Amino acid sequence: MWYFISPKVVFGEDALDYLSEVKGKRALVVTDKVVRELAAERVAEKLREAGLDIEFYDEVEAEPSTSSVARGLEVARRLQPDLIVAVGGGSCIDTAKAIWALYENPELSIEDIAPLAELKLREKARLIAVPTTSGTGSEATWAAVITDPAEHRKMELAHHELVPDIAVVDPSLAKTMPPKLTAATGMDVLAHAIEAYVSQWANDFTDGLALKAIELVFRYLPRAYRSPDDMEAREKMHNAATIAGLAFSNSMIGVAHALAHSIGGLFKIPHGEAVGMCLPYTIEYDLPEAEDRLEQIAHHLRLSYTSRREAGLKLADEARRLLSEMGLPATLAERGVAESELEENMDKLVRLAMSSGGTTINPRIPSEEDYRKLFRYIYEGRRVDF
Amino acid sequence: MSGKYRFPSEEWIKAFKEELNRNKEYEEAAKDWEGDFLFVITPDEGLDREYCFYVDLYHGKCRDARVVASRDEVKTEFVYEGPYSNWKKLIRGEIDPIKGLLTRKFKLKGNMAKVMRYTKAAKLLVETASRVPTEFV
Ligand SMILES: [Zn+2]
Repeated sequence: MWYFISPKVVFGEDALDYLSEVKGKRALVVTDKVVRELAAERVAEKLREAGLDIEFYDEVEAEPSTSSVARGLEVARRLQPDLIVAVGGGSCIDTAKAIWALYENPELSIEDIAPLAELKLREKARLIAVPTTSGTGSEATWAAVITDPAEHRKMELAHHELVPDIAVVDPSLAKTMPPKLTAATGMDVLAHAIEAYVSQWANDFTDGLALKAIELVFRYLPRAYRSPDDMEAREKMHNAATIAGLAFSNSMIGVAHALAHSIGGLFKIPHGEAVGMCLPYTIEYDLPEAEDRLEQIAHHLRLSYTSRREAGLKLADEARRLLSEMGLPATLAERGVAESELEENMDKLVRLAMSSGGTTINPRIPSEEDYRKLFRYIYEGRRVDF
Repeated sequence: MSGKYRFPSEEWIKAFKEELNRNKEYEEAAKDWEGDFLFVITPDEGLDREYCFYVDLYHGKCRDARVVASRDEVKTEFVYEGPYSNWKKLIRGEIDPIKGLLTRKFKLKGNMAKVMRYTKAAKLLVETASRVPTEFV
């Protein structure tokens, strides 16, 4: 037995118009200051057309922390909204999910948001997610990543009920992304889709979504990066992000995310950049246990190869090629992390990666020694050979 | 010894303890873990009554594992509970322990977030149970 969980997805040109007919009295719009100017005001306008009163909480930080959530929760408790509308990238959507869960369950604290918790949701409010980046897929998932600033630890909150009710995937919102953000968030999409496809929990319902998202990224991400106004590429990447979100949310992320959550938290590297950097190495690392699945991806992309192993290696190279085409770092050294810094933090990095949900469901389950090696290989840029 | 251990029984849980304490991979994955469990096997498919195991896991080792007369006999940090038929599937490797929780084939009382940080250890724990030569009632 397993589930396929999904919000209602409203997508394509003018998808935002859907919001002018949404039902409700008071909406809390969760966003950040930059996105508020670029997109959230447009969203609010639609909601006002629907007759809702709006209040903004626009203090979400990048890589949001528990205090981002706490401040938003205060606003929610005072306002008593019946609609929470997250507008932004993964940070805004994840923060809104945590605010929503705690607003509906005042007796819980943030670390209680775990898969088996007795979580009441949708009794006070519904959640609508409006992504403005094409990346995290958070609009389609039942997980949220919130940083515990005391420990520099990324908490992976998850609960089947934590999925937004509605995802509004309007490509016009994605066109304001600067090229570097397009690149990094696009690599996150690729990682979601590849990890979902090779996951031990991959299933018939997620496989097609994962393959489609991988195909869309390779075809449209370079275009969206080079030509920000290429609306076809923008739309395809925006869809790919949500599709990949559905894929990994209903199977699982893997070791690239475990590694990226570790280095992201400790070295302050944005999620997409961190996960994109790790991906080629984890494809190589997964090869001994996931040759057939990786070969299927290579086949779908029409790569040429003569063996399964070569197919996997070519896929890793394709991911590296995307990174270099878009000027993203392919090693920790390139990203400016000092070797001494890496070694000083190694135990902590390994411990954090070991405790990530991505570790156990990955096709090949790393030992601590494997993680140590992976971090060093990612630092140096060596092809994984163990 | 060519004998198999009957599940659930005192012999089985003792064999499990020995097997677990030989498992280096588990020891590494659970080296910071502190927390004891009550494993509850509720009757179905020919099991006559409820069985309970007390299992104390500490820093990668199993310090104690035994049958307890009832679920009220000990107070533990975690309770992992499911019907006999699902325990059989778990031990045969047909149910993933974490997926088993998410689909409510098993119930967990205790801090789930803590368990979710040790999913690798949980998986190895179940794999170890699969290595115990087992016969079912
Ligand atoms: Zn991601």
